[in-house]
Amino acid sequence: MDALMHQVFSGLASGCIYGSIALALVMIYQATHHINFAQGELATFSTFIAWALLQRGWPYWAAFIVTVAGSFVGGLAIQRLIVRPVERAPVLTNVIVFIGLLVIFNSLSGWLFDYTIKAFPSPFAQDSALATRFFSAHEVGSVLVMLCVLLVLWAFFRFTPIGLAMRAAAQNPESARLVGIRVSWMLAMGWGLASAIGAVAGMMIAPAVFLDPNMMTGILIYGFAAALLGGIDNPAGAVAGGFIVGVLENLLGAYVIGTELKLTAALLLIVATLTLWPNGLFGRNVVTRV
Amino acid sequence: MTARQRRIAWLLGALLLAAAVVLPFMVKNYRVFQFNLVLVYAIAILGLNILTGFNGQISLGHGAFFAIGGYAAAVMMDRFGVPYWATLPVAGVLCFGLGFLMGFPALRLGGHYLALATYALALAVPQLLKWKLIEPWTGGVQGIVLSKPEPPFTFRLLGQPLNADRWLFLFTCAVAVLMFVLAHNLLRGRIGRALVAIRDHPIAATAMGINLPIVKSTTFGVSAAYTGVAGALGAISVAFVAPDSFSVLLSISLLVGLVVGGLASIPGAIFGALFVQFVPNVANDLSKSAPWAIYGVLLIGLMYLMPTGAMGLLRMTWARWRPAAALDPKPDPALTTRRHST
Repeated sequence: MDALMHQVFSGLASGCIYGSIALALVMIYQATHHINFAQGELATFSTFIAWALLQRGWPYWAAFIVTVAGSFVGGLAIQRLIVRPVERAPVLTNVIVFIGLLVIFNSLSGWLFDYTIKAFPSPFAQDSALATRFFSAHEVGSVLVMLCVLLVLWAFFRFTPIGLAMRAAAQNPESARLVGIRVSWMLAMGWGLASAIGAVAGMMIAPAVFLDPNMMTGILIYGFAAALLGGIDNPAGAVAGGFIVGVLENLLGAYVIGTELKLTAALLLIVATLTLWPNGLFGRNVVTRV
Repeated sequence: MTARQRRIAWLLGALLLAAAVVLPFMVKNYRVFQFNLVLVYAIAILGLNILTGFNGQISLGHGAFFAIGGYAAAVMMDRFGVPYWATLPVAGVLCFGLGFLMGFPALRLGGHYLALATYALALAVPQLLKWKLIEPWTGGVQGIVLSKPEPPFTFRLLGQPLNADRWLFLFTCAVAVLMFVLAHNLLRGRIGRALVAIRDHPIAATAMGINLPIVKSTTFGVSAAYTGVAGALGAISVAFVAPDSFSVLLSISLLVGLVVGGLASIPGAIFGALFVQFVPNVANDLSKSAPWAIYGVLLIGLMYLMPTGAMGLLRMTWARWRPAAALDPKPDPALTTRRHST
């Protein structure tokens, strides 16, 4: 029983990370109807920057804040410079550009920071009061951090004028433009926020899985699965989907299929979700006009 | 096409074929091997083009079918002693079946979703190939080492003997010609028009009486079969298969080749294959440390500067040079530029 509980709890902890990656995907999807294939590599790259800062002796939280801010600016810049020119291009063009970004950032991480596997420190000491019977301190800590991120995001979208403008731009770009919202900049903001969330998720997952340029490849797929399961247009659903996928992954890995086929399980989950509940568990039906 | 144009086309084809036969005898063994891989990639990219270029279903997972085809050939040759040429049809049929099955969930998915699901497929297959339960067949992480088939007869041309590599090149060449002719016949007729109609306007296509689910799934199957045959040919020419040689980068390379060659263009597949085979080497020369970054930059640059690929560029140059040719009253419907309904 203890072992089972432990699996469930550590599933919840990784589910939190998947949820936040899913959230980042949903944010970009809502605004542009694109799925950002480079999301994982961007997060890995941000984590490497944090690692480099820590190597220079920066205190953890300073490095954390600088990395998140830097990722926000980086995401903004990528949207402005690379993605915007092909905003209205066919789907395939967009997919190719995202794939190009994925390849570039993967290669850059490997080039600048080497392909060796690195340990990434956790800000939560192993013997701190956070640790309980089922949770390690890092797991509790990362869940708390992710919940904080969610709370901040929710407050941002709910209570600030910029948040409102972003929601408007995502929901109805034409009308938003008519009332004076700069829609294109709102999309760029979405990209910035998504890469900042990715950076947080990367820094939270890195102590658990170790840091290397391909760290996020699998996690991205889980994030996709979570986003689809929760409904790709529903931020809260994405987080819930993350928890479900995290627990499911851990239980399946521990008791059913072993750790080797985890990605296959994610693939099956994606295909099953898309076939059985195309709108996700918490998504709404989308009616398209012919 | 007038009779004169047809004659010219035949003549060009015959010349190209003659050049392809003489080519392996003019270069070193390693080059022959590289050209062989170009043909293999060309078949795979042609398969992807049938699906993505003509039918508008984006796949980031064709490396998976390439891997399955390769493994099917390797397992049959190594474990059951099947002759190499007999593995190709089996690999094709197997991949057709799997592709057809994959085509069913694909019916529900449009654009990005399909790209995503197939991306997951590309990531999952190498893991699946390492699975313990099928290790007796696949050899696990170690993979399977094969021996190159010997030529059935031998002769000398330009002072060079017909060795295993050259024989394989001729064999691949014959298969490639067959596959390209089949694809040409498939795509320029009724079925080809149905595929393009589905890509450009699925609702109108249904209204015209095209059975959307069947046509789309079958297309997925045919496309997978092409890529599977290419995978089998690849396994035979490399004489080695291992899970890690079929990473997600292979799927990405195939898509890159498709875009570089030109969407919805049959000869474009050859340009794409040349790019996929030789440009990584060029990128490697430009920067030893981050060749894939160069590759990525090239990819995004191509999307901005040459979105219709090499064939699009050629066609545009041709139209500028011979405006009369561009005003062809009946352009081949399957070869017009791609429009998306989304």
